[in-house]
Amino acid sequence: MTFSELSFMPARGEMTFGERLLRRLNLDGPLLVAVLILALIGLAILYGASNQDASMVYRQAMRLALSFLVLLGVAQISPQFLRLWSPWLFALGLLLLLFTLHSGHIGRGAQRWLSLGIVRVQPSEIMKIAVPMMVAWFLHDRPLPPNWKLLLPLAAIVFVPVLLVAIEPDLGTALLILSAGAFGVFLAGLRWRVILLLVVILAVIAPLLWHFMHAYQRERVLVFLNPQRDPLGAGYHIIQSQIAIGSGGLFGKGWLHGSQSQLDFLPESSTDFIYAVLGEQFGLIGAIVLLALYAFIIGRALLISLRAQDTYSRLLGGALSMALFTYVFINSGMVSGILPVVGVPLPLISYGGSSLVTLMAGFGILMSIHSHRKLVAS
Amino acid sequence: MSGIRIRNEWLERHQFATRILIVAAIAVFLLLLVAARMFYLQVVHHSYYVTLAEGNRLRSEPVTPPRGLIYDRNGVLLAGNRPSYELDIIPEQVADMQETIAALSKIVDIRPEDLKQFNELVKTKKPFQPLPIRTNLSDAEVARFAVDRQDFPGVDIRATLARYYPLGVLTAHVVGYTGIISPDELATLDPAQYNNTSQVGKVGIEGAYESLLHGSVGTRQVETDAQGRVVRVVSYTPPVPGSNLYLSIDVHLQEVAQQALGEYNGAVVAIDPRNGEVLALVSTPSYDPNEFVGGISPSEYARLNNDPNQPLFDRALRGQYPPGSTIKPFLALAALNYGVMNPFKDLMCPGYLYLPSNPNPYRDWKRGGHGEIDMPNAITQSCDVYFYTVSLKLGIDRIHQYLTTQLGFGEPTGIDLMGERDGVVPSPAWKRKTLHQPWYLGDLVIVGIGQGYLLVTPLQLADGVAAISMHGERFVPHLLRAVGNPMSGIIHDVAPRALPQVQESYPNAWNIIVNAMKNVVATWEGTAHGIGVGARYSIGGKTGTAQVHRKRLGTFGEEDESDIPKALRDNALFIAFAPVMDPRIAVAVVVEHGGGGASTAAPIARKVMDAYLLKQNTGKVVTP
Repeated sequence: MTFSELSFMPARGEMTFGERLLRRLNLDGPLLVAVLILALIGLAILYGASNQDASMVYRQAMRLALSFLVLLGVAQISPQFLRLWSPWLFALGLLLLLFTLHSGHIGRGAQRWLSLGIVRVQPSEIMKIAVPMMVAWFLHDRPLPPNWKLLLPLAAIVFVPVLLVAIEPDLGTALLILSAGAFGVFLAGLRWRVILLLVVILAVIAPLLWHFMHAYQRERVLVFLNPQRDPLGAGYHIIQSQIAIGSGGLFGKGWLHGSQSQLDFLPESSTDFIYAVLGEQFGLIGAIVLLALYAFIIGRALLISLRAQDTYSRLLGGALSMALFTYVFINSGMVSGILPVVGVPLPLISYGGSSLVTLMAGFGILMSIHSHRKLVAS
Repeated sequence: MSGIRIRNEWLERHQFATRILIVAAIAVFLLLLVAARMFYLQVVHHSYYVTLAEGNRLRSEPVTPPRGLIYDRNGVLLAGNRPSYELDIIPEQVADMQETIAALSKIVDIRPEDLKQFNELVKTKKPFQPLPIRTNLSDAEVARFAVDRQDFPGVDIRATLARYYPLGVLTAHVVGYTGIISPDELATLDPAQYNNTSQVGKVGIEGAYESLLHGSVGTRQVETDAQGRVVRVVSYTPPVPGSNLYLSIDVHLQEVAQQALGEYNGAVVAIDPRNGEVLALVSTPSYDPNEFVGGISPSEYARLNNDPNQPLFDRALRGQYPPGSTIKPFLALAALNYGVMNPFKDLMCPGYLYLPSNPNPYRDWKRGGHGEIDMPNAITQSCDVYFYTVSLKLGIDRIHQYLTTQLGFGEPTGIDLMGERDGVVPSPAWKRKTLHQPWYLGDLVIVGIGQGYLLVTPLQLADGVAAISMHGERFVPHLLRAVGNPMSGIIHDVAPRALPQVQESYPNAWNIIVNAMKNVVATWEGTAHGIGVGARYSIGGKTGTAQVHRKRLGTFGEEDESDIPKALRDNALFIAFAPVMDPRIAVAVVVEHGGGGASTAAPIARKVMDAYLLKQNTGKVVTP
């Protein structure tokens, strides 16, 4: 009963040219095609969201191309190699994070950037990948499901970076890191009674968390509960976003034809709120097509993880897949008004470069897990 | 062992598959939840949100407030607003932009930089917004365009308010100017207040009091059509105009000082010692601030910037000069405070001073020396040897301590203008840090005559002599005298800020120094006796002649200044106050390469004091 029987790749002799190329480059065809389609759709939406700013679309295309190279590169690294380097990457990320807090560049009131000569890095982005890697590394050699004794170190691996990022303050990224780590632990088979206990603890400390939140973060939650609380201030995003989506209707107003996004009523229309632009211009059909495309990518990524042959690859692949889901859900949920406003971009669609590299690196890891299966003896 | 491992492996795989199914189910469920929410918004409540989107056609636009006016102490306008005409193009209403601009350039002057700026705007603004292609049209250009207006659909003239400075060159270094907001500045300004303004105060009072002068924007609620064009104005909240500023400057005094400096590069600062109000702040040469309004042309800016006389450089605040002998009364105060000299004990001045281990003497400016001389006479006659000794007895630490903490040298005075320089009061620590060299005794000796590393700004000198005239009472020098609210007409005076009394432990020190300075002008031996002739008030003063060229060190007073090339000539300095018993004005004059302090700088100070004291104004703020 070997897993290679489940392989969805034909034997070498029957491969077409395209299949051989994908094999050579260690890529998964369906995942690759879906990611590329998503990126192209993203550029088209961005053109409509940015008031037809061609230079903005060009810059984003450049970033996509560069981060795609990262994907190609990471896909060539075998999971064993990644596993061996996991603790080091985690330690580096942690160090940079501490350093950023100490002397980082302050952008928009938060210390997130660290200037390293010519490049500026956002250590919290490294953590989006380093935390699930560390969780998978830690559980790789241990019998699963994890017993009680392992919970404390696991909690430290996840919560130390999450707290450091949260006090930057960058709540959105902290949530994404938390979800990647938590999904990793969940997939490792964390027992239900432990999960129940954690939920109870969370319910108890929630009021304490409220106490430690920044004023603007509290305001966001309050405004989420009642946007009319501050219709021209904090509630403005939510109200305008819903007007844009709602007025789009079933088929939308057409590409480049949304009055909300074109006349600047919708703030952050090319970054965090780009999903509302899609909703306005392409309607419910467009919104659901995009969700379906994400669902396909997440499903494909989960399938790759399911077929992986060692614990490390399985946990890391599963955690990264579900982190992508968290991204999509938090962003679309916030834009459509079922979640409070948290600064999380829509993956591969929102304008901006820093999260793009991490996302593509994550896809690269999934590609690597997919294509290196046979090299891992079970 | 391995058997258990294999069983675990199978179990783990099974369990992992179960967990993958669970998370996949969660993901599908939550994404369906989002889809359901979209359905709710886009299908169920579609018409409701369409109505709201229509309502979004009401938009609020900012209305720029008129900038506050700036007046001198007698109500003379220093900075005002005048109507200015700009030529706007609405890109979407122009069929052929190239052709239109080509036709326009035949009747108005469109420079390449105007075109460049316009093309930048086209990229960032919306096609229905009017964008300026030329600002500051001349009356002739306005008239020519008005005649041909019907040939240019989508092009129109718009009246705005532009800043202007009626006295131009005379008050440039005080008032400063406004200019186009730079991207760096934009990042620090409140976008709500500045998104409809292209101008911001850059330097001088315009820069320092930007927040007072700017006012706050009003809003205009406008109804737009589906393309965003304004259909009608719904409501209007007027802007709050910027505050009017009344300065302590007296333009008459300013003019006298500037004319007295003539062709020399230099600075004159006059302060009212009783409250720190700056009466005149002149730096020559100056420039015309009107050139900067609406953006200076690159060639004009390059011309100003490359001028060897540096007209843009405010010498009064930023020029750092060796004080020469003008430092002597300050060092005398330090010597008395620390008790290192008996002021009435004579010291022998043979015309030079030898230091042990140095074969070269430190010379006095007077060949043959002053003979037996005490402290008051050493000030009056500006004896160098006496002050070499003062320096040696005080030591650099006490000099540094007294000049910085008590008299404000070596640090900004805190005047309400930006860019003031510190000057230098040297210390061994300072020399090690900046020059990486040890401190020598020779460095200390020449501090006694205001040479070496000691540097002061003209403002610091004026501030210091004001403190002497007030027997140690000090105020922060300032230009803003009152702030007027243009709506209510109420004018609030700005209270002077007093500083701690200068520390002085010798009982009669202030009288000794003030009298010695009075004798500089009043007696035959005084180095500036020439300027006291015919004065209807008593003057206290101190001359200074500072060497700027190392080559000439040690040749004090041995050559006739007029034989020396101008660039190598000494800087002439003079500090003064008047009347001695009831001081109302303190002046510092620095003339670059002016030669002697007594011959060049002192007469300038006399003219300024005459202008102020003999034609003394009431000093009341006059409302326009």
